[in-house]
Amino acid sequence: MANEFYIYLSILTPLIAFFITPLLSSNPNLRDSLGPIGGIITFYSSLNIASLYLNGEILSYTFFQINETLSISFKITGLGVIFGLVASGLWILASIYTIGYMRGNKEKNQTRFFTFYSIAIFAAICIAYSGNLLTLFIFYEILTFSTYPLVAHKQNNAAKQAGRIYMGILVGTSIVFLLPAIIIVWVLTGSLDFAPNGVLKGNISNEYVPFLLALFAFGIGKAALMPFHKWLPAAMVAPTPVSALLHAVAVVKAGVFSMLVVITYVFGIDFLTETSGAVWLIWVSSITLLISSCIALTKDDLKARLAYSTISQLSYIVLGGAIATNIAVQGAAIHIVMHAVGKITLFFAAGSIYVATHLSKISDLNGMGKSMPLTFIAFFIGSLSIIGVPPMGGSWSKFYLMLGSVEKDYLLVIYILAISTLLNVYYLLEIPAKAFFQPKRTNIQVTKHPLIVYPTFFAAMLTIVLFIYIEPLKHITNLISGNQ
Amino acid sequence: MTFIIKNLPILIVITPLMFSLIVAVLSNNRLAWILSTFASFLTMIFSILLCFELSNNSNISYYLGNWPPPLGIEYVIDKVSIIPIIIVSVIGFIATLYAHNFFILEIDRNLVSKTYSLWLLTIAGLMGLITTADAFNLFVFLEISSLSAVALVALGSKMDRKALIAGYNYLILGAVGATFYVIGVGLLYGVTGTLNMSDLAQKIPALGLNKSVIVAFTFMMLGIMVKAAVFPLHIWLPNAYAYAPSPVSVLLAATATKVSIYILVRISYTIFGPSYEIYTFESLRYVLLYLAILAMFAGTIMAIFEKDVKKLLAHSSVAQIGYIVLGISLATSPGIASGFIHLINHALIKAGLFMSVVAMGYYTLKRIDVNSITGLGRQVPITFFAFVICALSLAGLPLTVGFISKLYLIKAAFMSEGIWLPFLILVSSALSLIYIWKLIEGLWYNKTNSKSEKIKELPEIYIPLLIISFLNIYFGIDADLIIDNSFIASDALISGIK
Amino acid sequence: MIDQIFGVWNYWIVFILMMIGLYIVISKKSLLKKIVGLALFQTSVFLLYITFGKIAGGTAPILTDNVNEIYSNPLPHVLILTAIVVGVATTALGLALTVRINKAYGSINENEISASDLVEYHKKYHEVKK
Repeated sequence: MANEFYIYLSILTPLIAFFITPLLSSNPNLRDSLGPIGGIITFYSSLNIASLYLNGEILSYTFFQINETLSISFKITGLGVIFGLVASGLWILASIYTIGYMRGNKEKNQTRFFTFYSIAIFAAICIAYSGNLLTLFIFYEILTFSTYPLVAHKQNNAAKQAGRIYMGILVGTSIVFLLPAIIIVWVLTGSLDFAPNGVLKGNISNEYVPFLLALFAFGIGKAALMPFHKWLPAAMVAPTPVSALLHAVAVVKAGVFSMLVVITYVFGIDFLTETSGAVWLIWVSSITLLISSCIALTKDDLKARLAYSTISQLSYIVLGGAIATNIAVQGAAIHIVMHAVGKITLFFAAGSIYVATHLSKISDLNGMGKSMPLTFIAFFIGSLSIIGVPPMGGSWSKFYLMLGSVEKDYLLVIYILAISTLLNVYYLLEIPAKAFFQPKRTNIQVTKHPLIVYPTFFAAMLTIVLFIYIEPLKHITNLISGNQ
Repeated sequence: MTFIIKNLPILIVITPLMFSLIVAVLSNNRLAWILSTFASFLTMIFSILLCFELSNNSNISYYLGNWPPPLGIEYVIDKVSIIPIIIVSVIGFIATLYAHNFFILEIDRNLVSKTYSLWLLTIAGLMGLITTADAFNLFVFLEISSLSAVALVALGSKMDRKALIAGYNYLILGAVGATFYVIGVGLLYGVTGTLNMSDLAQKIPALGLNKSVIVAFTFMMLGIMVKAAVFPLHIWLPNAYAYAPSPVSVLLAATATKVSIYILVRISYTIFGPSYEIYTFESLRYVLLYLAILAMFAGTIMAIFEKDVKKLLAHSSVAQIGYIVLGISLATSPGIASGFIHLINHALIKAGLFMSVVAMGYYTLKRIDVNSITGLGRQVPITFFAFVICALSLAGLPLTVGFISKLYLIKAAFMSEGIWLPFLILVSSALSLIYIWKLIEGLWYNKTNSKSEKIKELPEIYIPLLIISFLNIYFGIDADLIIDNSFIASDALISGIK
Repeated sequence: MIDQIFGVWNYWIVFILMMIGLYIVISKKSLLKKIVGLALFQTSVFLLYITFGKIAGGTAPILTDNVNEIYSNPLPHVLILTAIVVGVATTALGLALTVRINKAYGSINENEISASDLVEYHKKYHEVKK
């Protein structure tokens, strides 16, 4: 009982924040402090859940039994622990940053913004700890709908258009592909619960496995597999904290997390290897990875470039799942963490530049490095982590992914990873390079806000810390794929 | 008390009927409203009492005037008919509670008490339709309910004269449909000599392959399909719902077509169930299935291009009726159960949607269309909130009743037809997101040019609305009650098929 | 063959009346004529029922001392009594609506009514534009 308390705590904290925030609209300071406080509580309970998980204790909690086979229930899995930690940990950073950004930028409707921000986090945490496909689906949809007001925060025509693409793709794919996939699993196995080695083995004939996996892979539109990736660049009309937390951490990670959960706990890695049902997914994700890197090169808008970079990085994770070996899945899970931290750094930096100078084009950033050294150093470190250079965290995940592909003799995959790394180097490092080494063009007013700069820098430091303290992460990820 | 319990099956019909006579002669509008509310409340209480009665026995049979069937008229309440009874009585009560402000505004003052009389008559007719087990008595109630509904629709003429035309078309099509039904009943009577439903069900199989029975079946089904607005016999529906006085739209949208679909089920499974295989209705059900698929798409596409919001919702009703009929046409226990689940859920969803839309119309004193709703969400936040919940429920967002319907419908479709049917259902429901989103987006975004002040929302309007929205969420989470009863009903129906 | 046509002449009458009625309902533009058609259509169904109930040579179903008396089936007659009432109500409501439509539109011709609605729509549209 006492241990399950942490599940309630981590889920209820953002929910309570959601209910209290609108009540405090007259007191902005109190209202805004809810974010960091909530983040700390949630992170604390997530840490406790993680340590309990490492001790071999499997927590579960059924919130509601709809009927014998359907329930809304939560269960701690290895992947869930990682995603929960990432979402709650980065919520602390992001909420501090958000305060700075919203105030620095004098945005309207801040109360509504913070309200939906908390509900989005709530949905993300619930996804992390969900114990069956129904729960996952429910909170997946709640996450989509709750982020809509954030994406369309500006309520102008551009936001309207982007909001339509965002909702159209995410809800459309989830209804047309994901829901039938879940129902097929339900009909085939009679239950929707996750099991460490998958539930489908013996319930489905082998030739249908790729088809069912395709329904899942394209149904989880949040994983941004091509051709359903357009929503992510569209969502960049949102204020930067939203892009940072939601479109580098909560939403997209919920997508790839769901992919990994489906691959490991519904299909089962061994079953996928047996039937080679995921081979096609390797190529689809590889192609997504390369194409989106190439598109990123062409984008001059900083956030758009980061968005395409995110699409390509998400495909690394899907790729790890598709290779379907323990090590590759481990790499994918680690990459959830590493990419989240790295990408949030980059988005923080982008937002910080925008608030300080109102610049959003890369070509305008020439020579800005001297006016905003901390921000650009953070950007540089974040880029290195995304590229995968030691001593940044990102190197671990790439290492594992490569190990996984070697194990399965997918040599072409290794080449693709190598090429994409080169592309990463080019399109990411171009930005700090321009900022530091090009001459400054015009006199641009720079107004810094401390609440923005420090979280950015802190996030950058975190990528280095994660490189050194990788052990616990390795430990948890080791337990993911049925090694319990 | 035992007297009441004994006579419950007739009380749910007779209460609104009697009160409608009393209300008709009143001149005080407010009193008329209070009495109608009281009558519908009583009906609801009686229906709930029936529920408890029914938990002890499998069905309650009531002989009207103590004449035993097959000569006398029998009323039967069983596990199937209790579902529409509850829908009609609960929605009827909430809608009556809700109606007064709108009637005062939308109808000539001296007609309001007469309107309530018609209103109660409609409810009585619907209740009678559900409870009666006599095929001809059903026709009488069919006409009582639809004639009073036509008059109610036509009363919308103070706001828009198109209501008259809508009422007229409803009348003509409804009368033709009812006459079709009566032709079928006549033919059946000609070959079997009975009008009692269970008696008919027993006697028809003994006839062997009989052409009159096939013709009778076709006529009855066609007649009821007009009433149930199954595509392509739905053309009376959009205008009737769109131009009727607001509370009438709510009542009709939530209950009238549902009851007709229930009769469709009764005819095809109770009367013709035992002779199902003799006449190979197995192939006939595909007619319904394909019509349902067409309805899903036609209704959705019409809704996407519709500007007037009430009409848009009416078109969406056509599509949703398609879903219900689809479930029923699967002729499997999960299929019929999913039909019933959606029958209940859609009543909740559409009642909520119509209530919130007409409430917006009431506040702004304008006809609500896609352009005039821009930025309205901020002015009427509570109504907007309820609208969003019901709209998302229509779209099938998890944790709402719409999701539960969709889940079970798709499961049933997948189990009996394979993957193509669920796929079509999902594509059409994804399309339905377009019009839902058009509305939500329109309400949410700011008006670009003028700043309009906040409108004071009235509690007597938003409280019923919030109740309905709450039910939309509550039964989306605690769906056990609806699911179980639907399965009990479908098992009872399917057991007749031999 | 002849037997099939003339032996069941009463059904033929029902059939012909029914089709004429339905045709009028569908084809006529005048709202009044539609109602006439509807009434005809319904009447044909009444005849159908009466035909079922009538037994050749039967008398009215009144209890007499003669046990072997042949009498017509009273039930269809009673049913049709109800149906006639319903039919009258339908016609009355239809006529009332037609009167109201005539008041509102100044016409009971379907084409003119839709034309008048169209004109109204365009007027409103232009007002909004201004």
